[in-house]
Amino acid sequence: MGAIPTNFYGHCPLRVSSVNRKFRRLRQDLTCSSPNYDGRTTIICSIIRILESNAVHNRRILSLSRRQVLRGLLATTAFGVTAKLGTGCSPNGAGGGEAAAGGDEIVIGFIYVGPRDDYGYNQAHAEGAAGISSLPGVRIVEEASVPETAAVQETMRSMIELDGAMALFPTSFGYFDPHILQLAEEFPEVQFLHAGGLYEEGVHPANVGSYFGYIDEAQYVAGIVAGHMTKSGKLGFVAAKPIPQVLRNINSFTKAARSVNPNITTQVIFTGDWALPVKEAEATNSMADQGIDVVTCHVDSPKVVIETAERRGMFTSGYHANQADLAPTGYLTGAEWDWTSIYTQYAQMFLEGKSLMNGEIDHLVRGGLADSFCKLSPYGAAVSDEAKAAADAARDQIIAGELVLYEGEIKDNSGTVRVAAGQKLEQKSVELESMDWLIEGVEGSVGS
Amino acid sequence: MASEALGWLGVPLAIAAGTMRGGTPFLFVSLGECLTEKSGKINLGLEGTLLTGAMSAYAVSYLTRDSLGPMLAPFAGVLVAGLAGMVLGFIHGWLCQQPRVNDVAVGIAMIIFGSGVAFFFGKPFIQPSAPLLPTIDLLAWTDLPEQFQSAVKISPLFVLGVAIAPLMTWFFRSTRWGLFIRAVGDSPDAALAMGVSIFKVRMLSIVAGSFLAGIGGASLSLYYPGVWTELVSSGQGLMAVALVIFARWQPMQCLWASLLFGGAQALGPALQSVGITQGYYLFNAAPYVLTLVIMVITCSPTRTMTGVPGALGSDR
Repeated sequence: MGAIPTNFYGHCPLRVSSVNRKFRRLRQDLTCSSPNYDGRTTIICSIIRILESNAVHNRRILSLSRRQVLRGLLATTAFGVTAKLGTGCSPNGAGGGEAAAGGDEIVIGFIYVGPRDDYGYNQAHAEGAAGISSLPGVRIVEEASVPETAAVQETMRSMIELDGAMALFPTSFGYFDPHILQLAEEFPEVQFLHAGGLYEEGVHPANVGSYFGYIDEAQYVAGIVAGHMTKSGKLGFVAAKPIPQVLRNINSFTKAARSVNPNITTQVIFTGDWALPVKEAEATNSMADQGIDVVTCHVDSPKVVIETAERRGMFTSGYHANQADLAPTGYLTGAEWDWTSIYTQYAQMFLEGKSLMNGEIDHLVRGGLADSFCKLSPYGAAVSDEAKAAADAARDQIIAGELVLYEGEIKDNSGTVRVAAGQKLEQKSVELESMDWLIEGVEGSVGS
Repeated sequence: MASEALGWLGVPLAIAAGTMRGGTPFLFVSLGECLTEKSGKINLGLEGTLLTGAMSAYAVSYLTRDSLGPMLAPFAGVLVAGLAGMVLGFIHGWLCQQPRVNDVAVGIAMIIFGSGVAFFFGKPFIQPSAPLLPTIDLLAWTDLPEQFQSAVKISPLFVLGVAIAPLMTWFFRSTRWGLFIRAVGDSPDAALAMGVSIFKVRMLSIVAGSFLAGIGGASLSLYYPGVWTELVSSGQGLMAVALVIFARWQPMQCLWASLLFGGAQALGPALQSVGITQGYYLFNAAPYVLTLVIMVITCSPTRTMTGVPGALGSDR
């Protein structure tokens, strides 16, 4: 058979793709070539055809035995099951195969750092993504539990190259630098929209944008409720890392509570990472031991904090999503994201042909309660009428633009003046986006 | 509602409570690994077993909460967690005893497999709230402040684990079955000459060890922190495997080491709550620093690795 010229062998490059996107990532090109053109070959190829409807079969000649092919497929499946199912990827919408680039539907990719149903940050984003998946002409692809490492680059790359995504929403803070920036250089026609406050004009590529909500406005209102409900005058804040967005939440919550009673303090405990269930539970228990009676948090999944606090008889104020079900007696209210409205706006703009590159979509999209970037959980049963009235008033003032959260004079917890008397910091100001201090009344420090 | 602030007293209290709350999974996994390694095979896959145990316990407790009632359902969960662990242990036990198969490599594969299984089947159970294990309130009859009351709400699993440790010591030292395991672990040839089936002894040790590790997982999801998420173990299974070496393959020392590691987890948050706000990353690393220090102090060039089973790490 060595005499047969090479062009005799037809190639059928098989991308095992329509079964599972994970398969595609492996990009296993099985090259088929065999002189035995018999019934056995037909069986194998029909199996393969089931797996891959749009493979190009020039000539079905296999050098691999059926056993080898099956073994390879089994091994691939096993690999996919063991190593990759944890990442829980699922292309939504009709048939994965036919939707390569082109066509009249747009593909939008969403990437989450944790599971999609964690009662927290990722769930809030996934609910927003689900909200736009029903829009005509829009198809979403999602992948959950993608770590903030090179893994997210691979996910983005496969969403672009294999799913034909024209816009990506990598939602976790740590995805931005260097991962999004690198991919943005490489794929200048794809739009990268990052949830966070990191875009800088002129420094970052034109196809990168950022969007985020001033959820500290909602935390401010929650702080009003907490200030009214605390008996001990001590509030607790379980936080992951001292980054600006976390610090803004802590400071707004504390400032609001102290506007009710200037003697109130907030104890902050940093756990060190976004999801450390044991540490979060320990932090909550320590707070209970110290007589703290209202707890809120800024971690990826507030479930542990809220449930532990409920067991210890504390009041809780939620974050990211509505956790009222987890704490029927102690849940006061909570600061929630409302991503559906934002994602719908983005999808509409994409469908109208607007883009970051042609300047029709703003690179920095921000908003608070007034623009429905965030909202408050319905008040819990324990909340007094007085607290409800005060919180509603504060919310209305914020929406009307009458209440500026950071209006001087504001000192940090070491006594340094951070906002001078008479100075008003707008929500969009750089000072707030790069906050690195804790407000007066917070017990804790941003040092590690 | 919480009464008085404890101040500095909160730190030792949090550590004491942490030993019992956070130490339980370490205890079960390290006891299971101790049993496994005594038979001469290592099972690194207990991290995967821990996750599978945590997931299956939470899932069963949630699914049977109506048919069994909220009191019994968590115990059914604990049992199923152990059984799920046994299945993984069986796979490991069979695979790693095949010719020219390395138990460390199989163990790493089992970590990935176990966590993959747990993540795959666990997706629908991240959100719902399952009934948790009841706790034993030791101080319910006293007038002590609420903080102390909650610190000593200990889990029945912790009591079980504390009971198993001396039992296992006795088992190794004074029973015929314990002798078989030690013989297989120290000198497989001698055991073979005694007429003991190496395969069966190791298989049973691995399966029983995985049963314990599965229960350790149940303690994570049904007692403390009492949720099922994919990050619930955060490497505790692997730490517990290392802990066995630290404990020199002695069950009672596994107990002390587990309590130490459990308590150390509470150190960082507890110190922050009383105003020590600098260096929480350092305090969070406390258990590892402690391990290193103790290893350095106890190591000696003349008697390295006392207590290590003779066949451990060899291909026999």
